[in-house]
Amino acid sequence: MNFQTVSPVPAEADSGAAAHLDTDKAGRQARPLRFITCGSVDDGKSTLIGRLLWDTKAVKEDQAATLERESTGRQNELGLPDFALLLDGLQAEREQGITIDVAYRYFSTDRRSFIVADTPGHVQYTRNMATGASTADLAVLLVDARAGVLEQTRRHATIAAMMGIRQFVLAVNKIDLAGYDEAGFRAISRDFKEIALSLGVRQVTAIPVSALKGENIVRRGDAAMPWYTGPTLVEVLEKASQRTGQTTGFRLPVQRVSRPGEGFRGYQGTVAGGSVKPGDSVVVLPSGVEANVKAIVTYDLVRNAAVHGDAITLVLDRPVDVARGDMIAAIDQRPMTGRAFAARLVALSAEGVAPGKRYWLKAGSRRQRVQVRPTSALDLATGTWENAGFLPMNGIGTVELDFEETAIFDSYETNRDTGAFVLIDPDTLNTVAGGMIDGRRSTSGRYDRLPDADRATVTLPARLLEAFLKTDFARAHAGEIRVATPGDGGTDDGTNDAAD
Amino acid sequence: MNVIEHGRGKPPLDPHLKALENEAIHIFREVAAEFERPVMLYSIGKDSSVLLHLALKAFHPGKLPFPLVHIDTGWKFPEMIAFRDAVAARHGLDLITHTNPDGLRENVTPFSHGSARYTDIMKTQALKQALDMGRYDAAFGGARRDEEASRAKERIYSFRTPDHAWDPRNQRPELWSIYNGMIHPGESVRAFPLSNWTEIDIWRYIQAEKIELVPLYFAQRRKVVERDGMLILAEDKRLELLPDEIVREEMVRFRTLGCFPLTGAVRSHATTLDEVIAELEIATVSERQGRAIDRDQSGSMEKKKREGYF
Repeated sequence: MNFQTVSPVPAEADSGAAAHLDTDKAGRQARPLRFITCGSVDDGKSTLIGRLLWDTKAVKEDQAATLERESTGRQNELGLPDFALLLDGLQAEREQGITIDVAYRYFSTDRRSFIVADTPGHVQYTRNMATGASTADLAVLLVDARAGVLEQTRRHATIAAMMGIRQFVLAVNKIDLAGYDEAGFRAISRDFKEIALSLGVRQVTAIPVSALKGENIVRRGDAAMPWYTGPTLVEVLEKASQRTGQTTGFRLPVQRVSRPGEGFRGYQGTVAGGSVKPGDSVVVLPSGVEANVKAIVTYDLVRNAAVHGDAITLVLDRPVDVARGDMIAAIDQRPMTGRAFAARLVALSAEGVAPGKRYWLKAGSRRQRVQVRPTSALDLATGTWENAGFLPMNGIGTVELDFEETAIFDSYETNRDTGAFVLIDPDTLNTVAGGMIDGRRSTSGRYDRLPDADRATVTLPARLLEAFLKTDFARAHAGEIRVATPGDGGTDDGTNDAAD
Repeated sequence: MNVIEHGRGKPPLDPHLKALENEAIHIFREVAAEFERPVMLYSIGKDSSVLLHLALKAFHPGKLPFPLVHIDTGWKFPEMIAFRDAVAARHGLDLITHTNPDGLRENVTPFSHGSARYTDIMKTQALKQALDMGRYDAAFGGARRDEEASRAKERIYSFRTPDHAWDPRNQRPELWSIYNGMIHPGESVRAFPLSNWTEIDIWRYIQAEKIELVPLYFAQRRKVVERDGMLILAEDKRLELLPDEIVREEMVRFRTLGCFPLTGAVRSHATTLDEVIAELEIATVSERQGRAIDRDQSGSMEKKKREGYF
């Protein structure tokens, strides 16, 4: 040891283990749940969020007074203030009566606290939804009980699923205006669950609500809807699960190297996957140098473990060369490294994403040059992928990434922290796209193949294959699917071969 | 070297506060690593106290890799200044204080110029001067999104033009916890590690971490005068009483701290942290209710922020 702790007693882990506690317990035994609300302009989204804030008492009297002062004549029929004014904080929004930008709202119940990403329904919704969804654990999708599931609903669900959200709540709003019709509610729920399933989302709760009257939001709507025995919106939110980031091995993207004095050299960062304890063998990437963990230092304690989400300072047992942007990872569960990757992208800026353009790519603490080539674009109306060489603003597409130096990623599906990146325009320095890694491409341009033992072969008629390859699922797993057509010579028997 | 453990024997934070702490530390480290000349705006209040505590945690066992700047309007509560100097000495901080020399020369006071003009000259312009003088390219602030409507739309890295202006319609998208710290020369970023904290989170964290605060946050008998519906502290000779104003001694405390003529006290008997938190849990008005500068015109905070205010 070239440093020692001042305290004479052995080190203990602090709250690391607490992160695994059941979120269902009373008290604030959980991280804040982050969710996003999506709906069209007239679905009553502002009213819904306003109602959540109002009924959980997140709106204070002076804020309500300001509302009342400014909403003269805009009170709703129940004599409540116009909730939209509460939410639209910018002058331009108030003047134009529209929501411009993602806003974050905070409220809590006795059981849990919540962060809502409130995004506009109409203008540039893809860009704003993607931003709000990137950190969300759950999506609340609103539909009008009289209109049912619209094309817009499908679009929102598609984006939410693509950004990695695996829990949906369908709020069938304005149920009061639909005469509290149970059959109608059931039909809408069925339609939506079908869409969710096609996107790979199995956890769906449909709730009949009236945001205006506050039914089944925080308070139950039994009086008007005795036929509905399911949970209220808040009950679902209280019990929702959160991503644990435990599906990959230990990951520490190094933010900075701390050398405060003789003999101490620590690597500071936030654990982006798995867990770590002293004695663990790790590899420093991209160099590939191996070492063992000597200590996990925090301000409070020298700890004996750290888990996903912990901001720590890691000390290794030997002098190795580690710099900001490097990744320290579990030696037996390494992330992918390489110069060619396949990804999905959401274009966020007016210029779109052009083929062959070089961008800065930032992932975790690592920033490097990348050349981007769009290969297909998602048609949100049909949910299919079409060939494309350019992504306009708000476009979603698959791209090929080519790096000048080694890049380090997990797939977004296995790790949201180490599988996500943004693109920065080298001229304007603006953030122009958000991306999610699907897999690595081999330098010859062909997708890597899995070991034979993990592979299954599926034979499909050509027309089905074509349709299959346009699905979201196929695009998301592009790195794992190998397609061969007769005469291609790719496989022994000339069948199409899809490995899962 | 010896690594000091500050938290031995302290019960672990609940997962909610731990998550907020982790996020703030991540932001501190990212900004310190990506920018050439970061600085931390220190306003002495409870949010600044939490911010400083988190900064000490983020860079432990090292020292803070940036200085602190305090914009001193000359009208802060005297207890704030004493507290500031004690904190700076205890942690060995590189503390820079700045007062707008033009405002001093022209004797700009909250009484002579009105709260809006005064705030612009002694706070916004003073802040810009301090940032320009230090050529700082990133400034940490303790603002929270739950404080005020326009703050709810603020990014964690809030991009500012060379004139320090904020354009709410042209903000950089911020996805996941990946922050774009690339700027052109002259541009800067205001970084807000406490973005996702609420007022009650701040208080619970202060309690859990035993963070020291200016005593003004706790109730005691103080001389106050009621003016424009606010209880103003009447302990400074520069406060000139209006004809019908009477100074009374009352049990009061402050929910936020700013310049004493513009910061209203609340009647309270909360003398301990537990009592303050208990009081907050049933509070029906927001903390900024006591701030005159938020009320001097509609959309007030957004306007100040566009002009370079924090």
